[in-house]
Amino acid sequence: MRIVLGIAAFFLILEFITSLGLVPAIYLPRASTIVQRMVELLGDVKFLKHVLATLGAWAVGLTLATLISVPVGILIGTSELTYRMTSPVVEFMRPIPSAALIPLAILLWGQGFPMKVILVAYAATWPILFNTVYGVHDVDPIAVQTARCFGLKQRAIHWRISLPSAAPLIFTGIRISASIGLIVVIAAELLASADSGIGSYILFVSSHGGHMDSVLAGAAVAGILGVLINSAFGVIDRNAFGWRYLGGAAQ
Amino acid sequence: MSPQTALQGKPASAVVEGLRSFFVRFGLGACLIGLWQYLAMRAGSIFFPPPSEIVTRAVELWLSGPPSRLFLGDGVFQDIIPSLGRLLAGWSLAVIVGIALGTVIGRSRRLSELLDPSLQFLRAIPGPALVPVFILLLGTESAMRIVLIAFGSVWPVLLNTIEGTRTVDPLQLDTASAFKLPGRARLWHIILPAAMPKIFAGIRVSLALAVILMVVSELVASTNGIGYRIQNAQIMFLLTDMWCGIVLLAVIGYSLNALFLKVENRVLTWHRGARGRTMT
Amino acid sequence: MLTVEDLQFAYSPDHTVIENVTFDVTAGEIVSIVGPSGCGKTTLLKTLAGLLRPTKGAVQFQSQPVRGVPTGLAMVFQEYSRSLLPWSTVAANIELPLRYKAIAPPDRARLVADSLDAVGLSGFGDRYPWQLSGGMQQRVAIARALAYQPKLLLMDEPFASVDAQTRADLEDLVAAVRATFDFTIVFITHDIDEAVYLSDRVIVLSKSPTTVLARIATDLPRPRDQIATKALPHFVAKRSEIARLIRRPTSNSSA
Repeated sequence: MRIVLGIAAFFLILEFITSLGLVPAIYLPRASTIVQRMVELLGDVKFLKHVLATLGAWAVGLTLATLISVPVGILIGTSELTYRMTSPVVEFMRPIPSAALIPLAILLWGQGFPMKVILVAYAATWPILFNTVYGVHDVDPIAVQTARCFGLKQRAIHWRISLPSAAPLIFTGIRISASIGLIVVIAAELLASADSGIGSYILFVSSHGGHMDSVLAGAAVAGILGVLINSAFGVIDRNAFGWRYLGGAAQ
Repeated sequence: MSPQTALQGKPASAVVEGLRSFFVRFGLGACLIGLWQYLAMRAGSIFFPPPSEIVTRAVELWLSGPPSRLFLGDGVFQDIIPSLGRLLAGWSLAVIVGIALGTVIGRSRRLSELLDPSLQFLRAIPGPALVPVFILLLGTESAMRIVLIAFGSVWPVLLNTIEGTRTVDPLQLDTASAFKLPGRARLWHIILPAAMPKIFAGIRVSLALAVILMVVSELVASTNGIGYRIQNAQIMFLLTDMWCGIVLLAVIGYSLNALFLKVENRVLTWHRGARGRTMT
Repeated sequence: MLTVEDLQFAYSPDHTVIENVTFDVTAGEIVSIVGPSGCGKTTLLKTLAGLLRPTKGAVQFQSQPVRGVPTGLAMVFQEYSRSLLPWSTVAANIELPLRYKAIAPPDRARLVADSLDAVGLSGFGDRYPWQLSGGMQQRVAIARALAYQPKLLLMDEPFASVDAQTRADLEDLVAAVRATFDFTIVFITHDIDEAVYLSDRVIVLSKSPTTVLARIATDLPRPRDQIATKALPHFVAKRSEIARLIRRPTSNSSA
């Protein structure tokens, strides 16, 4: 599998660099040490619970965001008026850094699972909503006109043309939200000194003795999660929406 | 958005049209804020102070200075300017390194094949996960934050630059060869402009990332900055102050993005024209 | 001016596109190269330009062997929209090659203006390529080649992507320009009419693996006219001769 080879390649290069001994090992341990620690951690049930906690909050938050944003986005994007009224709001909310809301979220919902889920859901909503609205709104007018010529009613056009053509864009929105969600959940864990999650693990280790190999191993595991998530989305994208890459269609 | 229909000799209709488009644009936002104000004053939750209070407090914090300093209060110089400074420093570093390195890697088939998997892995590491690493390595001063922001936001620029410089139209390169353009001319006149659209797309994403990292880096072990103020306000349970920081960050995030889009539209006019569509 | 000897080009040991091509071009001539699709015409042109190296054989330009792109050569490609730089104005596009030819800025500006005049696009310098029609874009490409003041102009199916009307105009433009500026032209086309109409000699290629089937002189009077010249019996005869060669190659033809 390419991913495995890829990650392996990275550590090989890192091993090469770190074994040159340019940087003291307390600051940047050898790649083999990091990998070793990573393997240890992945075999440790306590750490795996952390991973599950992070993934769980991420998954639930992302699902919530999708379930809310996609239908709402479709509704908004379909009507020209609602589109014009809501776009400015969505465009304003989208670039707001969700990290800014972490302190507020902690006050409102504590430091546990619900807080993380709500934060992830909030952060994930905007890219999905944005992409859904634009995907539904910016359907190729020629496709719609052709359908009209064939006598399709508005409803049929909606289901058979607008939605399928918006689907790849919606999916891209979910994909973007997936990686933003991961960033947000780990940031939340870090800042909330939550009792579970990869972020809290990294924080704990770094403030109790500062063992760089563990800290970096934790970060590496987070990176692997990110790679796996992205690859999974990539596979689904190619299989479900492979058609958009054929014939040089604009995306 | 609503097109300004120019009605000859009917200025009244133009005004109506202008008002209509203004209302459509800002109507929903205004209603939501109004709703918030109403609910907050009615059923006041301390967690959601009314917008009027937030604005008042914001003015107190940031706009209550002497006229000689443009009315800017101490808060601006203590927190906002350092934050923005770090953000810009880190982000510019990311852009410069990303484009420079990305071009070198993108133009070398060997390098890009060798490094691509590693780069994909590095870009997938969530920035916040590295905050403790950077704190341990570089302490808690501004330099650490700048490096963190740079390290976290370089990936979209780097990877997009690699992709952009890798996929330059061979015909354009042949043209350069046929007219015997020297290497630096190829780079400056052909490779970089051809890659510009992708590079800009990458820079746009990196800007958003940089803002997130700036906030996160200031929420942990810091002594100044907008994030620090928010964190501080949270600890001291000063909800209004906290909301001031949140709104400020929203404004900053939005403005930077809008500013960037303007620049992008100006620089890439040719791209829109050549492709015949508009940027979003 | 240009000598091609026993040129061979193979992508791999079992994929030889060009088997053996030999011909020469004298200074001031217009020579066209025609052949069936897939016979490697573009590959041949690229080896003439020094963009590709032949697997065997030699190309000599002005009695010097061609290694890499020689000086004094300009090219016009078929896909004008991809060969012109979309991020520069028309004038900037034309000026670009001149900037690295050690020509002073005022002279450069003059060359750009003159070449725009020569192709009938005076005043279009500030436009962008995408604002122009296909025919106009190809004129810009020709202007760019002209401004470069080459000894040899290579053109790869330059008029294949424009409509018939425009094609006729551009053909006449090339003939006129050559009369004024006095350089040598080698161009590739799949249009036999065009080959006979424009050139002094036509080189006919076979199917791949390609060899030269014939080198035919057109022997038509100049200046040429789209309607009068094409009505001449001699034109029709040459045209048919070449067409027959391409459809059913035989080994007897005049040089």
